[in-house]
Amino acid sequence: MMSIALEIPYWGQSLLRVLGGIGAVLLPAGTIVYLFLFKMMSFMQSRLGPMEAGPFGSMQLLAEVGKWLQKEDIIPENADAKIYKLAPVIVLVSTFLLVVVVPFGPDALFTNFSAGVFYALAIGSVSVIGILVAGWSSANKYSLLGGLRAAGQLIAYELPMVLAVVGVVIQAGSMNLQQIVVAQNSGSIFGWDGVGFPFVLTQFVGFLIFMIAVQAELTQVPFDMPIAESELVSGYMTEYSGFRFLIFFIGEFATAGVFAFIASVLFLGGWGIPFSWFGWESLDAVDGWMNIVGPVIMLTKMLVLTGIIMWVRFSYPRFREDQLQRFAWKVLIPLSLANIAVTAILKVAI
Amino acid sequence: MSLFLRDYLNVVWFGLAAMLLAGLLLGIAALIRPSRPSPEKLLTYESGVDPVGLGWSQSQVRYYVFALLFVIFDVEAVFIFPWAAAIERYGTFGLVTMLAFIVLLLDGLVYAWKRGLLRWV
Repeated sequence: MMSIALEIPYWGQSLLRVLGGIGAVLLPAGTIVYLFLFKMMSFMQSRLGPMEAGPFGSMQLLAEVGKWLQKEDIIPENADAKIYKLAPVIVLVSTFLLVVVVPFGPDALFTNFSAGVFYALAIGSVSVIGILVAGWSSANKYSLLGGLRAAGQLIAYELPMVLAVVGVVIQAGSMNLQQIVVAQNSGSIFGWDGVGFPFVLTQFVGFLIFMIAVQAELTQVPFDMPIAESELVSGYMTEYSGFRFLIFFIGEFATAGVFAFIASVLFLGGWGIPFSWFGWESLDAVDGWMNIVGPVIMLTKMLVLTGIIMWVRFSYPRFREDQLQRFAWKVLIPLSLANIAVTAILKVAI
Repeated sequence: MSLFLRDYLNVVWFGLAAMLLAGLLLGIAALIRPSRPSPEKLLTYESGVDPVGLGWSQSQVRYYVFALLFVIFDVEAVFIFPWAAAIERYGTFGLVTMLAFIVLLLDGLVYAWKRGLLRWV
Protein backbone atom coordinates (compact mmCIF):
# COMPACT_ATOMS: atom_id res chain seq x y z
CA MET A 1 0.00 0.00 0.00
CA MET A 2 2.78 2.41 0.92
CA SER A 3 4.69 1.68 -2.28
CA ILE A 4 1.65 2.60 -4.37
CA ALA A 5 1.09 5.79 -2.37
CA LEU A 6 4.65 6.95 -2.98
CA GLU A 7 4.35 6.73 -6.77
CA ILE A 8 1.43 9.15 -6.88
CA PRO A 9 2.52 12.82 -7.01
CA TYR A 10 1.60 15.06 -4.08
CA TRP A 11 -1.36 16.73 -5.80
CA GLY A 12 -2.76 13.31 -6.69
CA GLN A 13 -2.46 12.10 -3.10
CA SER A 14 -4.14 15.25 -1.85
CA LEU A 15 -6.95 14.85 -4.37
CA LEU A 16 -7.49 11.23 -3.30
CA ARG A 17 -7.50 12.27 0.36
CA VAL A 18 -10.03 15.04 -0.25
CA LEU A 19 -12.29 12.70 -2.26
CA GLY A 20 -12.02 10.14 0.54
CA GLY A 21 -12.86 12.88 3.03
CA ILE A 22 -15.96 13.94 1.08
CA GLY A 23 -17.03 10.28 1.08
CA ALA A 24 -16.32 9.96 4.81
CA VAL A 25 -18.53 12.98 5.50
CA LEU A 26 -21.42 12.50 3.08
CA LEU A 27 -21.79 8.71 3.25
CA PRO A 28 -22.51 8.61 7.02
CA ALA A 29 -24.80 11.64 6.70
CA GLY A 30 -26.88 10.00 3.95
CA THR A 31 -26.97 6.64 5.71
CA ILE A 32 -28.02 8.17 9.04
CA VAL A 33 -30.78 10.23 7.47
CA TYR A 34 -32.23 7.36 5.42
CA LEU A 35 -31.73 4.49 7.85
CA PHE A 36 -32.53 6.19 11.13
CA LEU A 37 -34.34 9.45 10.48
CA PHE A 38 -36.60 8.12 7.73
CA LYS A 39 -36.97 4.42 8.47
CA MET A 40 -36.20 3.73 12.13
CA MET A 41 -38.19 6.72 13.36
CA SER A 42 -41.12 5.70 11.15
CA PHE A 43 -41.16 2.12 12.41
CA MET A 44 -40.91 3.31 16.02
CA GLN A 45 -43.98 5.45 15.38
CA SER A 46 -45.91 2.64 13.62
CA ARG A 47 -45.70 4.04 10.11
CA LEU A 48 -43.79 3.09 7.00
CA GLY A 49 -41.87 6.26 6.18
CA PRO A 50 -41.00 7.13 2.57
CA MET A 51 -42.00 4.27 0.23
CA GLU A 52 -42.54 5.88 -3.19
CA ALA A 53 -39.08 6.82 -4.51
CA GLY A 54 -37.24 3.60 -5.37
CA PRO A 55 -37.57 0.26 -3.55
CA PHE A 56 -38.51 0.95 0.11
CA GLY A 57 -37.99 4.65 -0.55
CA SER A 58 -34.23 4.22 -0.93
CA MET A 59 -34.06 6.97 -3.57
CA GLN A 60 -35.78 9.40 -1.22
CA LEU A 61 -32.50 11.18 -0.41
CA LEU A 62 -31.91 12.05 -4.07
CA ALA A 63 -35.47 13.27 -4.36
CA GLU A 64 -34.99 15.44 -1.27
CA VAL A 65 -31.78 17.02 -2.62
CA GLY A 66 -33.54 17.66 -5.93
CA LYS A 67 -36.41 19.31 -4.11
CA TRP A 68 -34.20 21.55 -1.96
CA LEU A 69 -32.15 22.59 -5.01
CA GLN A 70 -35.27 24.11 -6.55
CA LYS A 71 -36.37 26.06 -3.47
CA GLU A 72 -36.19 29.84 -3.49
CA ASP A 73 -33.37 31.30 -1.42
CA ILE A 74 -35.00 33.89 0.83
CA ILE A 75 -32.75 36.32 2.70
CA PRO A 76 -34.73 38.57 5.05
CA GLU A 77 -34.37 42.28 4.44
CA ASN A 78 -33.15 42.97 7.98
CA ALA A 79 -30.60 40.18 8.01
CA ASP A 80 -26.87 40.79 7.74
CA ALA A 81 -26.77 39.24 4.28
CA LYS A 82 -23.06 38.43 3.91
CA ILE A 83 -22.69 36.77 7.31
CA TYR A 84 -26.09 35.13 6.93
CA LYS A 85 -24.89 33.43 3.75
CA LEU A 86 -21.59 32.43 5.32
CA ALA A 87 -22.97 30.68 8.43
CA PRO A 88 -23.98 27.29 6.90
CA VAL A 89 -20.60 27.08 5.15
CA ILE A 90 -18.80 27.49 8.51
CA VAL A 91 -20.76 24.56 9.92
CA LEU A 92 -19.94 22.35 6.91
CA VAL A 93 -16.25 23.34 6.96
CA SER A 94 -15.98 22.46 10.67
CA THR A 95 -17.30 18.97 9.88
CA PHE A 96 -14.71 18.49 7.15
CA LEU A 97 -11.91 19.71 9.41
CA LEU A 98 -13.04 17.24 12.05
CA VAL A 99 -12.96 14.15 9.82
CA VAL A 100 -9.31 14.87 8.98
CA VAL A 101 -8.05 13.24 12.20
CA VAL A 102 -9.99 9.97 12.00
CA PRO A 103 -7.80 6.98 11.05
CA PHE A 104 -9.57 4.38 8.88
CA GLY A 105 -6.77 1.85 8.48
CA PRO A 106 -3.02 1.28 9.00
CA ASP A 107 -2.23 3.52 6.01
CA ALA A 108 -5.72 4.80 5.21
CA LEU A 109 -5.53 8.04 7.13
CA PHE A 110 -5.71 11.69 6.18
CA THR A 111 -3.33 13.10 8.80
CA ASN A 112 -1.31 11.61 11.64
CA PHE A 113 -1.18 14.36 14.26
CA SER A 114 0.78 13.41 17.36
CA ALA A 115 -1.79 15.42 19.37
CA GLY A 116 -4.80 14.18 17.40
CA VAL A 117 -7.10 14.05 20.43
CA PHE A 118 -6.38 17.71 21.10
CA TYR A 119 -7.07 18.67 17.51
CA ALA A 120 -10.36 16.76 17.41
CA LEU A 121 -11.66 18.33 20.61
CA ALA A 122 -10.61 21.83 19.52
CA ILE A 123 -12.12 21.63 16.03
CA GLY A 124 -15.23 19.91 17.41
CA SER A 125 -16.31 23.18 18.98
CA VAL A 126 -15.83 25.34 15.87
CA SER A 127 -19.35 24.60 14.61
CA VAL A 128 -20.78 26.61 17.52
CA ILE A 129 -19.32 29.72 15.85
CA GLY A 130 -21.36 28.96 12.72
CA ILE A 131 -24.49 28.44 14.82
CA LEU A 132 -23.98 31.62 16.85
CA VAL A 133 -23.28 33.60 13.68
CA ALA A 134 -26.42 32.19 12.04
CA GLY A 135 -28.53 33.10 15.05
CA TRP A 136 -27.18 36.64 15.26
CA SER A 137 -27.15 37.55 11.55
CA SER A 138 -30.75 36.46 10.95
CA ALA A 139 -32.01 39.49 12.94
CA ASN A 140 -34.86 37.37 14.23
CA LYS A 141 -35.82 36.96 17.88
CA TYR A 142 -36.24 33.19 17.63
CA SER A 143 -32.90 32.84 15.86
CA LEU A 144 -31.09 35.00 18.39
CA LEU A 145 -32.48 33.05 21.34
CA GLY A 146 -31.67 29.77 19.63
CA GLY A 147 -28.12 30.85 18.86
CA LEU A 148 -27.49 32.00 22.45
CA ARG A 149 -28.93 28.81 23.86
CA ALA A 150 -26.74 26.77 21.52
CA ALA A 151 -23.64 28.66 22.68
CA GLY A 152 -24.48 28.13 26.36
CA GLN A 153 -25.20 24.44 25.83
CA LEU A 154 -22.15 23.67 23.73
CA ILE A 155 -19.91 25.44 26.27
CA ALA A 156 -21.40 23.39 29.11
CA TYR A 157 -21.05 20.01 27.36
CA GLU A 158 -17.67 20.68 25.81
CA LEU A 159 -16.04 20.20 29.22
CA PRO A 160 -17.39 16.74 30.15
CA MET A 161 -16.45 15.62 26.64
CA VAL A 162 -12.86 16.87 26.93
CA LEU A 163 -12.44 15.49 30.45
CA ALA A 164 -13.97 12.10 29.56
CA VAL A 165 -11.28 11.61 26.91
CA VAL A 166 -8.46 12.13 29.44
CA GLY A 167 -9.10 8.63 30.83
CA VAL A 168 -8.48 7.13 27.39
CA VAL A 169 -5.29 9.16 26.95
CA ILE A 170 -4.04 7.94 30.36
CA GLN A 171 -4.66 4.32 29.40
CA ALA A 172 -3.20 4.56 25.92
CA GLY A 173 -0.27 6.78 26.98
CA SER A 174 -0.59 8.75 23.76
CA MET A 175 -2.69 11.50 22.18
CA ASN A 176 -2.21 10.12 18.67
CA LEU A 177 -5.45 8.48 17.50
CA GLN A 178 -3.55 5.83 15.54
CA GLN A 179 -1.58 4.89 18.67
CA ILE A 180 -4.82 4.71 20.65
CA VAL A 181 -6.22 2.22 18.11
CA VAL A 182 -3.03 0.15 18.28
CA ALA A 183 -3.02 0.21 22.10
CA GLN A 184 -6.55 -1.20 22.15
CA ASN A 185 -6.00 -3.93 19.59
CA SER A 186 -2.60 -5.13 20.74
CA GLY A 187 -3.62 -5.14 24.41
CA SER A 188 -4.87 -8.07 26.41
CA ILE A 189 -7.25 -8.65 29.32
CA PHE A 190 -5.34 -10.48 32.11
CA GLY A 191 -3.17 -12.12 29.48
CA TRP A 192 -6.09 -13.14 27.24
CA ASP A 193 -5.81 -11.33 23.92
CA GLY A 194 -8.83 -12.77 22.10
CA VAL A 195 -10.64 -9.45 21.75
CA GLY A 196 -7.76 -7.05 22.35
CA PHE A 197 -8.52 -4.49 25.02
CA PRO A 198 -11.16 -1.95 23.91
CA PHE A 199 -11.14 0.94 26.39
CA VAL A 200 -14.93 0.85 26.75
CA LEU A 201 -14.41 -2.01 29.23
CA THR A 202 -12.43 0.05 31.74
CA GLN A 203 -13.54 3.53 30.66
CA PHE A 204 -17.23 2.72 30.69
CA VAL A 205 -18.05 5.86 32.71
CA GLY A 206 -15.97 7.92 30.33
CA PHE A 207 -17.73 6.38 27.34
CA LEU A 208 -21.13 7.15 28.83
CA ILE A 209 -20.17 10.77 29.58
CA PHE A 210 -18.67 11.12 26.11
CA MET A 211 -21.82 9.85 24.38
CA ILE A 212 -24.09 12.11 26.48
CA ALA A 213 -21.86 15.08 25.63
CA VAL A 214 -21.92 14.13 21.94
CA GLN A 215 -25.71 14.02 22.07
CA ALA A 216 -25.68 17.54 23.53
CA GLU A 217 -23.03 18.86 21.12
CA LEU A 218 -25.14 17.66 18.21
CA THR A 219 -28.19 19.37 19.76
CA GLN A 220 -30.20 16.19 19.40
CA VAL A 221 -33.23 15.54 21.60
CA PRO A 222 -33.24 15.49 24.69
CA PHE A 223 -30.70 18.33 24.38
CA ASP A 224 -32.40 20.21 21.55
CA MET A 225 -33.17 23.41 23.47
CA PRO A 226 -31.47 25.55 20.75
CA ILE A 227 -33.97 24.29 18.16
CA ALA A 228 -36.98 23.51 20.37
CA GLU A 229 -39.55 23.61 17.57
CA SER A 230 -42.52 24.04 19.92
CA GLU A 231 -41.21 27.31 21.35
CA LEU A 232 -38.53 28.73 19.04
CA VAL A 233 -40.00 27.66 15.65
CA SER A 234 -36.65 26.29 14.46
CA GLY A 235 -34.11 28.15 16.58
CA TYR A 236 -31.10 29.51 14.71
CA MET A 237 -32.36 27.98 11.44
CA THR A 238 -35.72 29.81 11.49
CA GLU A 239 -34.96 32.21 8.64
CA TYR A 240 -33.03 29.76 6.48
CA SER A 241 -34.67 28.20 3.46
CA GLY A 242 -33.67 26.33 0.33
CA PHE A 243 -30.22 24.87 0.00
CA ARG A 244 -28.68 26.86 2.85
CA PHE A 245 -31.04 25.09 5.23
CA LEU A 246 -30.06 21.76 3.71
CA ILE A 247 -26.37 22.50 4.31
CA PHE A 248 -27.15 23.00 8.03
CA PHE A 249 -29.07 19.73 7.94
CA ILE A 250 -26.26 17.82 6.21
CA GLY A 251 -23.76 19.37 8.60
CA GLU A 252 -25.75 18.20 11.62
CA PHE A 253 -25.90 14.55 10.57
CA ALA A 254 -22.42 14.46 9.08
CA THR A 255 -21.09 15.73 12.41
CA ALA A 256 -23.05 12.99 14.16
CA GLY A 257 -21.27 10.47 11.94
CA VAL A 258 -17.82 11.99 12.53
CA PHE A 259 -18.31 12.14 16.32
CA ALA A 260 -19.38 8.49 16.21
CA PHE A 261 -16.16 7.72 14.27
CA ILE A 262 -14.12 9.48 16.95
CA ALA A 263 -15.98 7.71 19.76
CA SER A 264 -15.35 4.33 18.13
CA VAL A 265 -11.65 5.16 17.74
CA LEU A 266 -11.34 6.24 21.37
CA PHE A 267 -13.43 3.57 23.06
CA LEU A 268 -14.31 0.70 20.71
CA GLY A 269 -11.00 -0.13 19.08
CA GLY A 270 -11.39 1.91 15.89
CA TRP A 271 -10.57 0.27 12.56
CA GLY A 272 -8.61 -2.58 14.10
CA ILE A 273 -9.27 -6.21 14.77
CA PRO A 274 -7.32 -7.81 17.63
CA PHE A 275 -3.74 -8.07 16.34
CA SER A 276 -3.28 -11.51 17.91
CA TRP A 277 -5.76 -13.07 15.44
CA PHE A 278 -3.25 -12.79 12.63
CA GLY A 279 -0.08 -12.63 14.71
CA TRP A 280 0.68 -8.97 13.99
CA GLU A 281 3.28 -7.62 16.36
CA SER A 282 3.00 -3.88 15.72
CA LEU A 283 1.39 -1.32 13.44
CA ASP A 284 3.95 -1.94 10.68
CA ALA A 285 3.16 -5.66 10.63
CA VAL A 286 -0.53 -5.12 9.89
CA ASP A 287 -1.47 -6.54 6.47
CA GLY A 288 -2.38 -4.18 3.64
CA TRP A 289 -5.92 -5.53 3.24
CA MET A 290 -6.83 -3.86 6.55
CA ASN A 291 -6.94 -0.61 4.55
CA ILE A 292 -10.07 -2.00 2.85
CA VAL A 293 -11.57 -3.84 5.82
CA GLY A 294 -10.76 -1.03 8.29
CA PRO A 295 -13.18 1.53 6.78
CA VAL A 296 -15.93 -1.13 6.71
CA ILE A 297 -15.36 -1.88 10.42
CA MET A 298 -15.39 1.85 11.19
CA LEU A 299 -18.65 2.27 9.25
CA THR A 300 -20.26 -0.58 11.20
CA LYS A 301 -19.23 0.87 14.55
CA MET A 302 -20.37 4.32 13.43
CA LEU A 303 -23.80 2.93 12.52
CA VAL A 304 -24.17 1.22 15.91
CA LEU A 305 -23.26 4.41 17.79
CA THR A 306 -25.39 6.75 15.68
CA GLY A 307 -28.19 4.18 16.00
CA ILE A 308 -28.02 4.63 19.77
CA ILE A 309 -27.88 8.44 19.42
CA MET A 310 -30.98 8.40 17.20
CA TRP A 311 -32.75 5.85 19.41
CA VAL A 312 -32.35 8.22 22.39
CA ARG A 313 -33.44 11.12 20.19
CA PHE A 314 -36.71 9.42 19.25
CA SER A 315 -37.46 8.21 22.78
CA TYR A 316 -36.93 11.07 25.23
CA PRO A 317 -38.68 14.38 25.92
CA ARG A 318 -36.69 17.60 25.91
CA PHE A 319 -34.67 18.91 28.87
CA ARG A 320 -35.49 22.38 30.15
CA GLU A 321 -32.67 24.90 29.75
CA ASP A 322 -31.85 25.10 33.48
CA GLN A 323 -32.02 21.30 33.90
CA LEU A 324 -29.64 21.00 30.99
CA GLN A 325 -27.06 23.37 32.51
CA ARG A 326 -27.44 21.82 35.96
CA PHE A 327 -26.89 18.32 34.57
CA ALA A 328 -23.65 19.36 32.88
CA TRP A 329 -22.13 21.37 35.74
CA LYS A 330 -23.32 19.46 38.79
CA VAL A 331 -23.31 15.87 37.53
CA LEU A 332 -21.17 15.33 34.44
CA ILE A 333 -18.15 17.53 35.23
CA PRO A 334 -17.58 16.28 38.83
CA LEU A 335 -18.14 12.73 37.59
CA SER A 336 -15.60 13.07 34.78
CA LEU A 337 -13.04 14.62 37.18
CA ALA A 338 -13.53 11.67 39.54
CA ASN A 339 -13.10 9.34 36.57
CA ILE A 340 -9.76 10.98 35.75
CA ALA A 341 -8.57 10.68 39.36
CA VAL A 342 -9.53 6.99 39.67
CA THR A 343 -8.03 6.08 36.31
CA ALA A 344 -4.78 7.90 37.09
CA ILE A 345 -4.42 6.32 40.55
CA LEU A 346 -5.04 2.83 39.19
CA LYS A 347 -2.65 3.39 36.29
CA VAL A 348 0.18 4.55 38.54
CA ALA A 349 -0.50 1.99 41.26
CA ILE A 350 -0.64 -1.04 38.96
CA MET B 1 8.41 20.22 3.69
CA SER B 2 8.27 18.40 7.00
CA LEU B 3 5.67 15.73 7.64
CA PHE B 4 4.21 17.87 10.41
CA LEU B 5 3.51 20.81 8.10
CA ARG B 6 2.24 18.46 5.40
CA ASP B 7 -0.40 17.17 7.81
CA TYR B 8 -1.57 20.72 8.42
CA LEU B 9 -1.57 21.40 4.68
CA ASN B 10 -4.07 18.54 4.42
CA VAL B 11 -6.30 20.38 6.87
CA VAL B 12 -6.20 23.41 4.57
CA TRP B 13 -7.13 21.25 1.56
CA PHE B 14 -10.06 19.78 3.45
CA GLY B 15 -11.30 23.24 4.42
CA LEU B 16 -11.06 24.40 0.81
CA ALA B 17 -12.83 21.23 -0.38
CA ALA B 18 -15.72 21.89 2.00
CA MET B 19 -16.06 25.46 0.74
CA LEU B 20 -15.85 24.26 -2.85
CA LEU B 21 -18.54 21.63 -2.24
CA ALA B 22 -20.86 24.16 -0.61
CA GLY B 23 -20.15 26.67 -3.39
CA LEU B 24 -20.80 24.07 -6.09
CA LEU B 25 -24.13 22.96 -4.63
CA LEU B 26 -25.26 26.54 -3.97
CA GLY B 27 -24.16 27.45 -7.51
CA ILE B 28 -26.26 24.66 -9.04
CA ALA B 29 -29.17 25.75 -6.85
CA ALA B 30 -28.71 29.37 -7.99
CA LEU B 31 -29.07 28.26 -11.63
CA ILE B 32 -32.34 26.37 -11.26
CA ARG B 33 -34.20 27.98 -8.37
CA PRO B 34 -36.78 30.71 -8.88
CA SER B 35 -36.34 34.20 -7.45
CA ARG B 36 -39.51 36.22 -6.98
CA PRO B 37 -38.96 38.41 -3.94
CA SER B 38 -41.82 40.39 -2.49
CA PRO B 39 -41.82 42.72 0.54
CA GLU B 40 -43.91 40.29 2.58
CA LYS B 41 -41.60 37.42 1.79
CA LEU B 42 -38.52 39.33 2.89
CA LEU B 43 -40.06 40.34 6.20
CA THR B 44 -38.57 38.87 9.36
CA TYR B 45 -40.54 35.79 10.42
CA GLU B 46 -42.45 36.23 13.64
CA SER B 47 -45.16 33.57 13.59
CA GLY B 48 -47.09 35.31 10.83
CA VAL B 49 -47.70 38.66 12.51
CA ASP B 50 -45.83 41.88 11.70
CA PRO B 51 -42.49 41.89 13.54
CA VAL B 52 -42.36 44.05 16.67
CA GLY B 53 -39.20 46.11 17.10
CA LEU B 54 -35.79 44.94 15.94
CA GLY B 55 -34.71 41.34 15.68
CA TRP B 56 -31.60 42.16 17.70
CA SER B 57 -33.73 42.61 20.79
CA GLN B 58 -32.30 42.83 24.27
CA SER B 59 -32.26 39.55 26.08
CA GLN B 60 -30.64 38.50 29.30
CA VAL B 61 -27.74 36.12 28.86
CA ARG B 62 -28.30 34.11 32.01
CA TYR B 63 -25.19 31.97 31.91
CA TYR B 64 -22.25 34.37 31.52
CA VAL B 65 -20.79 33.00 34.78
CA PHE B 66 -20.76 29.57 33.12
CA ALA B 67 -18.68 31.04 30.31
CA LEU B 68 -16.08 32.25 32.85
CA LEU B 69 -16.03 28.84 34.55
CA PHE B 70 -15.69 27.21 31.15
CA VAL B 71 -12.50 29.12 30.40
CA ILE B 72 -10.97 28.05 33.73
CA PHE B 73 -11.78 24.37 33.23
CA ASP B 74 -10.72 24.40 29.59
CA VAL B 75 -7.31 25.74 30.58
CA GLU B 76 -7.19 23.01 33.21
CA ALA B 77 -7.80 20.43 30.49
CA VAL B 78 -4.89 21.85 28.49
CA PHE B 79 -2.61 21.15 31.47
CA ILE B 80 -4.07 17.72 32.21
CA PHE B 81 -3.61 16.22 28.73
CA PRO B 82 0.22 16.31 28.46
CA TRP B 83 0.49 14.79 31.94
CA ALA B 84 -2.08 12.13 31.03
CA ALA B 85 -0.13 11.13 27.92
CA ALA B 86 3.10 10.66 29.92
CA ILE B 87 1.63 9.54 33.23
CA GLU B 88 4.05 6.66 33.76
CA ARG B 89 7.10 8.85 33.37
CA TYR B 90 6.04 11.19 36.18
CA GLY B 91 4.88 8.39 38.49
CA THR B 92 3.67 9.08 42.01
CA PHE B 93 5.10 12.62 42.12
CA GLY B 94 3.12 13.64 39.04
CA LEU B 95 0.01 11.91 40.32
CA VAL B 96 0.01 13.72 43.67
CA THR B 97 0.76 17.08 42.04
CA MET B 98 -1.98 16.65 39.45
CA LEU B 99 -4.55 15.43 41.97
CA ALA B 100 -3.81 18.53 44.09
CA PHE B 101 -4.36 20.63 40.97
CA ILE B 102 -7.65 18.91 40.16
CA VAL B 103 -8.88 19.13 43.77
CA LEU B 104 -8.11 22.87 43.84
CA LEU B 105 -10.19 23.41 40.72
CA LEU B 106 -12.96 21.17 42.02
CA ASP B 107 -12.85 23.32 45.12
CA GLY B 108 -13.48 26.34 42.90
CA LEU B 109 -16.47 24.61 41.35
CA VAL B 110 -17.85 23.75 44.77
CA TYR B 111 -17.35 27.38 45.85
CA ALA B 112 -19.28 28.64 42.80
CA TRP B 113 -21.95 26.04 43.53
CA LYS B 114 -22.29 27.15 47.18
CA ARG B 115 -22.41 30.82 46.15
CA GLY B 116 -25.40 29.85 44.01
CA LEU B 117 -23.72 30.82 40.72
CA LEU B 118 -24.69 27.55 39.03
CA ARG B 119 -28.32 28.45 39.49
CA TRP B 120 -30.60 29.73 36.73
CA VAL B 121 -30.75 33.39 37.78
